[in-house]
Amino acid sequence: MDSVMVRAENLVKSFGHNTVLKDISVEVKRGEVMCLIGPSGSGKSTFLRCINHLEVLSGGRLYVDGDLIGYREKNGKLFELKASEAAAQRRDIGMVFQRFNLFPHMTALENVIEAPLRVKKQPKAQAIARGKELLDRVGLADKFDSYPAHLSGGQQQRVAIARALAMDPKLMLFDEPTSALDPELVGEVLDVMKHLAQSGMTMIVVTHEMGFAREVADSLVFMDDGYVVEAGNPEDVLTKPQHERTKAFLSKVL
Amino acid sequence: MTSSQARSAAEETLSPNGSSPEVIKAVKLRHPWRNIFAALVILIAVLFIIDAAGRPAYDWASVGKYVFDPRVIGAAFNTLQLTIYSMVIAVILGIILAVMRLSPNPVLKSVSWVYLWIFRGTPVYVQLVFWGLIAVIYQNISIGIPFLQPWFTIQTTVALNAFTLAIIGLALNEAAYMAEIVRAGILSVDKGQIEASTALGMSWSQSMSRVIIPQSMRIIIPPTGNEVISMLKTTSLVTAVPYTFDLYTRTRDIAVETFNPIPLLIVASIWYLAFTSIMMIGQFYLERRFARGTGFEQVRKTKRRIADKVNNHG
Ligand SMILES: Nc1ncnc2c1ncn2[C@@H]1O[C@H](COP(=O)(O)OP(=O)(O)OP(=O)(O)O)[C@@H](O)[C@H]1O
Ligand SMILES: [Mg+2]
Repeated sequence: MDSVMVRAENLVKSFGHNTVLKDISVEVKRGEVMCLIGPSGSGKSTFLRCINHLEVLSGGRLYVDGDLIGYREKNGKLFELKASEAAAQRRDIGMVFQRFNLFPHMTALENVIEAPLRVKKQPKAQAIARGKELLDRVGLADKFDSYPAHLSGGQQQRVAIARALAMDPKLMLFDEPTSALDPELVGEVLDVMKHLAQSGMTMIVVTHEMGFAREVADSLVFMDDGYVVEAGNPEDVLTKPQHERTKAFLSKVL
Repeated sequence: MTSSQARSAAEETLSPNGSSPEVIKAVKLRHPWRNIFAALVILIAVLFIIDAAGRPAYDWASVGKYVFDPRVIGAAFNTLQLTIYSMVIAVILGIILAVMRLSPNPVLKSVSWVYLWIFRGTPVYVQLVFWGLIAVIYQNISIGIPFLQPWFTIQTTVALNAFTLAIIGLALNEAAYMAEIVRAGILSVDKGQIEASTALGMSWSQSMSRVIIPQSMRIIIPPTGNEVISMLKTTSLVTAVPYTFDLYTRTRDIAVETFNPIPLLIVASIWYLAFTSIMMIGQFYLERRFARGTGFEQVRKTKRRIADKVNNHG
C-alpha cells in the first residue's frame, strides 16, 4: 500500500482572471497531520475545497489515496468524472467548516446519520448505533436529540466532526475549525481533533492555533499568495523560519 | 430570631452585596387617543350593525334560508375541491419548476423559464377560456409514437370534463407563481448547507430534497398560505371554462332565479370567509412544524400573531 494519502502536483486554481492557487505541490503521508497557515486570502480554503472537488482545478494533478480527483486519465487524456463518481470520491473525504454548517432542521443525531443512511444506504439501526457511538466519542452523549440552535458553538463543531466521521473517511479536512468559537470553547474542539490524530486519522488542518500545530502536526505548511512558501517540521518552521514572508507572518500571529 | 436578622438573611440570599435591587414601580403611560379612537370604531361598527340588521335590502331571512341550502353547500364543497386539487398540483409543479430553474442543467433551466414566461405573462381568465376551448382545438387525445398508428385515442370532451379543465387551468397558472416563491425560498438557504451536504457525498438531488427544500419551507409557507387563500377566491373565475358549479357562480345563478342578488352574495361571502379562516389555522400549524430547530419556534408569540391576523381579516 502506498504510504502517501494526498499528493498535490503543481496545482493551479483561477476564478476568472484571479489566480488564487499558483503552484501548490505538497504531500501528506497516511496517518499524518498537516497544518496549513497563511494570511487571509492566500488560498488555504480554496486548496482544501479542491481536495474534495468542491472547486474544479484549473491545472495540476491531485491524488487522494492514489485516485486522481475529479478526472479519469486514459491514454494521456483527462475525462471529467460523472457527478455520481465525484460524489463517491467525496464520501471518503470528511470536511469540517469554520461555520459548522450543521443541518439546522435536524437533531444532532439526525445530522450524523443522514449521510450514512442516504449515501451509504446503511440500515437505520446500524447508523443510529454508530452515530450514538461517535457523538459519545466527541463528548455529546447527552445531546443526541438537541437541535443545533440549542448547542454552543463548541458543541456544534463537535457534532460536525462526528457527522464527517460517520462516513468513515480516510482523510479529514478542517477549515479553521475553531476560528468562529469563543476562546473558552476552542479547547474542547482541539481536544477532539487531537484524539482523532492520535487514533491515526490523516488530517489537513487550516488553523491559526500554533500550539495545536506544534503539538499535533507532523508537518507545517506556510502559504502566501497562492504559493507554498515554506514547509517542514512544525518546530523548525515556527522557531527558525527561513523566508522573510514567513518571519513577517509569524511575528504577527505568535 | 429578630426581624432585622431575618431581613439580613433574606437579603443575603438575594444578592451577593447584601442589598436587593429595587423593583421599578412606575405609573403606566396612558394612551388617551388610542382609547378614544377605539371607542369611535366600536360606535361606528355598532351603528352599522344596527342599521344593517333592519335594512330590507340585506334580507337576512333569505340569507338564513340559503346559507345551508343543499345547492350552496354542494357548490361550497366544489370550490373547496377546486382549490385543494389545483393548489396541490401547483405546489408540486412549482417545486419542480423552481428546482429545474436552479439546476446546473441549461436545458431544464430554459424549459422552466419559458413556462414562467407564458403562464405568468397571460391573465388566468384568458388561460381558463383557452382550456375551455381545448376540445375545439384538439378533438382527440392520442397516445403513441408520433407519425405511427396511436395505441390509444379518446375524444377530448370525454377525457376532460369542465371540472378537470378548471383544475388544470388554475393549477398550471398557479404553478408559475409557486415556482417563484419556491425559488426565493431555496435561494434564502445558506450556501454552506449545500456545501456541507455535497462534501458528505450527497448528490445534488439528495441535497435539495433532504437539506435545502426542508429549510426553505419556513420561507415558502407564509406566501403559499396567501396563495391558497387567493386561489380560493380565484376559483370564482372558472365560469370562463365554463364550469358553473363553484360557490360564486352557483349563488349567482340562484340569485337570478330569485331576483334577489344581495343575500346570496352575503351567503357566498360567509362560506369564503369560513374557508379562509380554517386555512389560516392550518397555516399556523404548518409554520410551527417547519420552524423546528430554527429558534423561531416560540409557539405562544406566533399563536398570538395569528390570532391578531384572524381578527383583523375577520
Ligand atoms: N468562488 C469564488 N469566486 C471568486 N473568487 C474566489 C472564490 N472563492 C475564493 N475566491 C478568492 O480566492 C482568494 C483566496 O480565498 P481563500 O478563501 O482560499 O483564502 P483563505 O486563505 O482561506 O483566506 P481566509 O484566511 O480569509 O479564510 C480570495 O481572494 C477570494 O476572493
Ligand atoms: Mg479560508
